[in-house]
Amino acid sequence: MDFNQPATENPADRQRVLGKSTPRIDGPLKTTGTAPYAYERHDVAEGQLVGYPLGSAIAKGRIVSMDTSEAEAAPGVQAVIRTTDMDVLGKFQMNVVPLFGGPEILHYHQAIALVVADSFEEARAATALIRVEYDEDETDGFDLAARREAALEQEGEIEQEVGDFETAFAEAAVTLDETYTTPAESHAMMEPHATIALWEGEGNLSVWTSNQMVAWNVQGLCDVFGLNKENVHVDSPFIGGGFGVKLFVRADAVLAALGSRETGRPVKVALPRPMIANNTTHRAETIQRIRIGANEDGTITAIGHDGMSETQPGGRGENCTAQTPVFYAGPNRLIVNRLVDMYLPEANAMRAPGEASGLMALEIAMDEMAEKLGMDPVEFRAINDTQVDPGDPEKAFSERHFVECLRQGAERFGWADRNQEPGSRREGMWLIGHGMAGGYRGAPSTTSAARVRLQPDGTAIVETDMTDIGTGSYTIIAQTAAEMLGLGVDKVEVRLGDSSFPVSAGSGGQWGASSSTAGTYAACVKLREEIARRLGNDDASALEFADGKVTTGDRTVPLTEIASDGEIVAEDTINFGDFREKFILATFAAHFVEVAVHVGTGETRVRRMLAVCDAGRILNPLSARSQVIGGMVMGIGAALMEELAVDTGRGFFANHDLAGYEVPVHADIHEQEVVFLDTEDATSTPLKAKGVGELGLCGIAAAVANAHYNATGVRIRDYPLTLDKVLDRLPTI
Amino acid sequence: MSPRNPTWRVKRRTVLMGSAAAALATASNTGFPRMSHAQEAAAPVGETRMTVSLVVNGEPRELELDNRTTLLDALREHIRLTGTKKGCDHGQCGACTVTVNGRRINSCLSLAVMHEGDEIETIEGIGTPESMDPMQAAFVEHDGYQCGYCTPGQICSARAVLAEIEAGIPSHVTADLMAPMQVTEDEIRERMSGNICRCGAYSNMMAAILQVHGGQA
Ligand code: FES
Ligand code: FES
Repeated sequence: MDFNQPATENPADRQRVLGKSTPRIDGPLKTTGTAPYAYERHDVAEGQLVGYPLGSAIAKGRIVSMDTSEAEAAPGVQAVIRTTDMDVLGKFQMNVVPLFGGPEILHYHQAIALVVADSFEEARAATALIRVEYDEDETDGFDLAARREAALEQEGEIEQEVGDFETAFAEAAVTLDETYTTPAESHAMMEPHATIALWEGEGNLSVWTSNQMVAWNVQGLCDVFGLNKENVHVDSPFIGGGFGVKLFVRADAVLAALGSRETGRPVKVALPRPMIANNTTHRAETIQRIRIGANEDGTITAIGHDGMSETQPGGRGENCTAQTPVFYAGPNRLIVNRLVDMYLPEANAMRAPGEASGLMALEIAMDEMAEKLGMDPVEFRAINDTQVDPGDPEKAFSERHFVECLRQGAERFGWADRNQEPGSRREGMWLIGHGMAGGYRGAPSTTSAARVRLQPDGTAIVETDMTDIGTGSYTIIAQTAAEMLGLGVDKVEVRLGDSSFPVSAGSGGQWGASSSTAGTYAACVKLREEIARRLGNDDASALEFADGKVTTGDRTVPLTEIASDGEIVAEDTINFGDFREKFILATFAAHFVEVAVHVGTGETRVRRMLAVCDAGRILNPLSARSQVIGGMVMGIGAALMEELAVDTGRGFFANHDLAGYEVPVHADIHEQEVVFLDTEDATSTPLKAKGVGELGLCGIAAAVANAHYNATGVRIRDYPLTLDKVLDRLPTI
Repeated sequence: MSPRNPTWRVKRRTVLMGSAAAALATASNTGFPRMSHAQEAAAPVGETRMTVSLVVNGEPRELELDNRTTLLDALREHIRLTGTKKGCDHGQCGACTVTVNGRRINSCLSLAVMHEGDEIETIEGIGTPESMDPMQAAFVEHDGYQCGYCTPGQICSARAVLAEIEAGIPSHVTADLMAPMQVTEDEIRERMSGNICRCGAYSNMMAAILQVHGGQA
């Protein structure tokens, strides 16, 4: 199905199942421990061996020698795979650093060997017996701040240049020129990367893995090993969190495949938790200079955002200026992005790449600017709203209700009663502050296919290689098919994550929900056409599907009867047409936060948070809300605690486990409220829906930071807002 | 090398792993501290495998195990009860929470052979998809999870938390040790904080736990 014009009224509009809060259909499996994650699939292949990886102890250089003799002789060891025994393996285009092969070291904990043994204990013990000798290269260092000055002398990449920024900024009545930093962050999903691989014959590879993008994973394995797609099978039905770190093939799959190729047996590999932060990817550290100029009335006249991030050579770093070209109005604009090459582990996508860290800076800047103008920060944002691309006014937002988010949020939160004077409201030992911020995240959708199989018993099965990384895909796909076929959700079985199924959009970039449900819709439309044909009616849209029956004219037939001779199968793909390129598709949020900061210790508690979201039609309010509150939790982490600490001497992240890299726990999370505006975006998909999985994280950290300032009167521009940064500037007890 | 970064120079700084003089460098070989080379090479003292009898979800089990096997891996790899999760293997995340003789522990921090005769309850012993425990059902109802990987540990902890409060075991936030212990949001938050949920489903879990408590009360 080609989606070539805005959606008009269609069967998905009935909203009998879609749009209703629906508990996850995979919930009973997840809550009883019966949902199978990658490492747990004892049943898929007999005689599984266990692989344990070894990571490089240097950041940059090469291996001079690797002595594995003791490891090979250790009890239970079946094979030792060494990077030095092979040329560098191929690389999927989205990976920046090759995952294995050859003596070159490009980052710390790069995989350099795998010990395959009968048991985990034996493999782990033997790995510790490997002796490695390195030649370490001198590099330009790992300290972004120290390299900033030199980097500023290089030409950056201009993302947007409109009008004459420098002049407008120089002439503006009120200006702000500040620099903000965001640290490197780790996805820290709860399920470590894990794969069971079985290599058979000359090049048939099956992997049971944990990956967000099944088709990319197939392609990645083909690129790494020079295989044909027909010979690679990937299965990833349950994924214990990804947040971007499981978008592409990673070392677990490559190592497991190598181990299986070597031993002829299935091999399973999980990355040890302490290896994940440095072996895999992270969100890049950024330094962002923001300049805003405005008239006395608050109208922005000039906006400049100069972002800088670290990356492996050839990588993409963190595009922290992503939102700035279009989020606020202003006739003069200069937006620049700079990459600083560094041999830290690979910087790559983490939940809302770009906007998450960009808004951490921009939305503090907006708060500071509002203060300089003596304006309510809600009002300041509202008057600088834009309905078109400020750099290309011909290009409008398909739907943008940001101002409504702001207004509703202010109303519901009780913004009028906020603390107005920074550092002035106190409850006992606690300083109380209120803050807000805007949220923005693009809403892409992309080609996605599905197959629907109507069963003789009147139930339906949906198959697509889409993944559910906690996003609720199983359930919204079931809801879509149920809506389209007039069934209850309990009459739809959804099968995901298998590369033998039609290729979906996969889970990433907030495109999964909108794309995969549109693909399911397309397949269901096709199934409805086939049913219409069988009923002798050319016009499928004249059919009414309800309660397991289909009605045409005055005839009502149960679906069981229609499929009584055997299942009816329909498969289709949604393709998104060019007409959408005339628009910007995006999602918006307004975040409001109340914090309490302890006047003695500087400890910060987020007491209350509210997000008002504009994300098109919400398919399942229950799981959509969970996505948003989950993003908000991650935003509290970004604001208050998360930081991959760089050992700038040796070039690695020092706090590379869940004890050192702190993420929010139960004690950090208090009241959370989410409101979805009742909007539809007909330009987005036939279901008029947009993604919401990343929006919750966008802007929230700045809202916390602004509330922290409002509580303490101390403005911190370096995330995270740990208590050491505020302790000596707090008011007297 | 990338032409964008032409300034690197090779410096012959050899890091030889495993020599006594390079203890610090050795430690960084795998990123975790380890024994010295000499210690590793020494033959183990005594048996390296043992038999242990456990009662798991009410069923007696006799396992012959490598002594280094954690209780977590005994469950996941040997008994193949994979409902208990491994998030870190280092006692940092709580995904591996089970109860042993009625008390919750991180099963990754405990060797299986230390549990001779112990009664272990895992998520599989609490309920099944067809017949969920009230806590499991409340998690489904309130969407107290997303990816589901921390979930079995959260549910085991949540049930144990209510039992601990009921039993009058105080926590860090218990203000009055003499007064009858109350199930409050603060108590629940504090006691659940050993179970990380990166998906951030905490407030939904709170709703689920309070609902189960309300149903019990
Ligand atoms: S696996 Fe045991 S605490 Fe993380
Ligand atoms: S549900 Fe994913 S970590 Fe808790």
